[in-house]
Amino acid sequence: MTGQDPKGEGLAASSRSLRQSPEPGSVTRRRLFAGSALLAAGGAVAVIGPSPAGAEADTNLPPDIPEWQIRPGREVMSPPYGLPSRYEGEVVRRPRAGGAPSPTRLAAVSTTPLQNLVGITTPNGLHYERHHAGVPDIDPEQHRLMVHGLVERPLIFTMADLTRYPSVSRIYFLECSGNSQTWGEPKSELTAQDTHGLLSCCEWTGVPLAIVLDDAGVRPEAKWILAEGADAAAMTRSIPIEKALDDALLAYAQNGERLRPEQGYPLRLFLPGYEGNASVKWLRRLKLGTAPFETREETSKYTMVMPDHTIRQFNFAMEAKSVITFPSGGHRLSAPGFYEISGLGWSGSGRIKRIEVSTDGGRSWQNAALQEPILPKCLTRFRFPWQWDGGPATLASRATDETGYVQPSHEALLKERDARSYYHNNAVQSWHVASGGAVTNAG
Amino acid sequence: MRGSIAVGAVFVGVLASHASARYGFGRQATPREIAGWDIDVSPDGSGLPAGRGSVREGAAIYAEKCAACHGGKGDGGPMDQLAGGFGTIFDAKPHKTVGSFWPYATTLFDFVRRAMPLDAPQSLTPDQVYAVSAYVLFLNRIVPEDAVLDATTLPKIEMPNRAGFTSEYGPATGAPKP
Repeated sequence: MTGQDPKGEGLAASSRSLRQSPEPGSVTRRRLFAGSALLAAGGAVAVIGPSPAGAEADTNLPPDIPEWQIRPGREVMSPPYGLPSRYEGEVVRRPRAGGAPSPTRLAAVSTTPLQNLVGITTPNGLHYERHHAGVPDIDPEQHRLMVHGLVERPLIFTMADLTRYPSVSRIYFLECSGNSQTWGEPKSELTAQDTHGLLSCCEWTGVPLAIVLDDAGVRPEAKWILAEGADAAAMTRSIPIEKALDDALLAYAQNGERLRPEQGYPLRLFLPGYEGNASVKWLRRLKLGTAPFETREETSKYTMVMPDHTIRQFNFAMEAKSVITFPSGGHRLSAPGFYEISGLGWSGSGRIKRIEVSTDGGRSWQNAALQEPILPKCLTRFRFPWQWDGGPATLASRATDETGYVQPSHEALLKERDARSYYHNNAVQSWHVASGGAVTNAG
Repeated sequence: MRGSIAVGAVFVGVLASHASARYGFGRQATPREIAGWDIDVSPDGSGLPAGRGSVREGAAIYAEKCAACHGGKGDGGPMDQLAGGFGTIFDAKPHKTVGSFWPYATTLFDFVRRAMPLDAPQSLTPDQVYAVSAYVLFLNRIVPEDAVLDATTLPKIEMPNRAGFTSEYGPATGAPKP
């Protein structure tokens, strides 16, 4: 795991800041120090890496006794809600580099640091964000879900009502349909967080929407459901009744705790495999109707301009896709030898069946090992052993899902549609490894 | 062994009876509660409130509440361009505006009513929303300067790009593309 710190300075800088901290018990102070030191080090990606040779750093190495071993550490519950090590201060959500910045941070995105994560679970504090009018501060006691329209019994629920229903917990990915704005010439400086970071995966717990709809009594003529948020955008999407009665959840928890405010606290719709925007957060209202409601988010936005001069609405399922997260843009390989290439595959249509990896720019492909569990509409972690000979290499991955659908190459996708369609870019992603070990985006 | 099978059968029976029964959680939503939150407007005009607004009234409201973000004539500021852009949708850099892109005028009313202005959503009266909608449509030369919009006239407006939209969704597909 050496060599992931692009400048090899992160850990050393942090160690120095520890010594400078005058208040050993001050977590806040420490984190501030660590954060600024890491920013000063200029590392765009991982903090993990070797300390450069230096007298100061060496005092914690054999044969000396490390300073953290010669006095007690922090007390329990300091703080009561635990935080990552301050040496992990680089592993945070970030704006997406490579595109035009949002004019307001109320209607914007932040991205998950995929290049720093392992396994398939996204820690709750690192789940990507997409808000349309900020994150509301909702008192769960005063939150209500209204179900009305073409139902036998219009109902209103408290959170206590909803959590009494039978519940399920399922691990699903969520991907913004605007993820991967990699249509044009590749920008070499982009990281996996920039290219694919509008992607996260959590265990979601809630009540199947079908159960609640059954209590309300769905009228036969109901074909679409308007889902509306309680945020300042009152964000709305139209959901097909088939999806609502299939695997849709009214989710109130993620990864074992109540939803984070950024993820819809206290209640969100969760539509497995669908484009993220449809899983309306801060859910306050479901209205059953006969037709789509043609909201702004399914006409003006989240529609795809096609080369045949049509505009496609309701592009719900996220297509099979994959990305290598190590090594990826911003990483640096320190020396030739063994590396484990690792990444993620997913499909909104079911399970991942196969992930292939190429280390020669797509000329040849070999199957990667898939880490269990391999779940439908969930991230699947893949791994591939690789001996780097020290020369230039181009790494790529390609996913096939259980329907037989194969992730397209960049060129194949461009034959179907282009940057004008904007959404649902699921093309193969490549990373270039230079002879010095620097890893950059190759598109 | 036989006992455990019998217990299992009883358990399944209990589950089955619950699955077909209502849980009965929550309570009836009152008409007044529904009316307060039922703010969506469909293309057929259902959901449009009573009220009316003119282009002229809309111009004043727009100047005060919208122009800072969307430009004096809907030409775009920090936020989305609202007017013009006709014929650019299939260009390399399209200008997707209300006039050049949006398929339904009712969507404009619905969105302004629920989400605009960004710093004070749901603060406009129905008359004001009709008026601002009329003004934005006037900026796009879709309605004349003397237009007055209400629940009858708004849904009848034919948006220029309406025919361009197709739905990718079918219950049997939901399928991945391209």
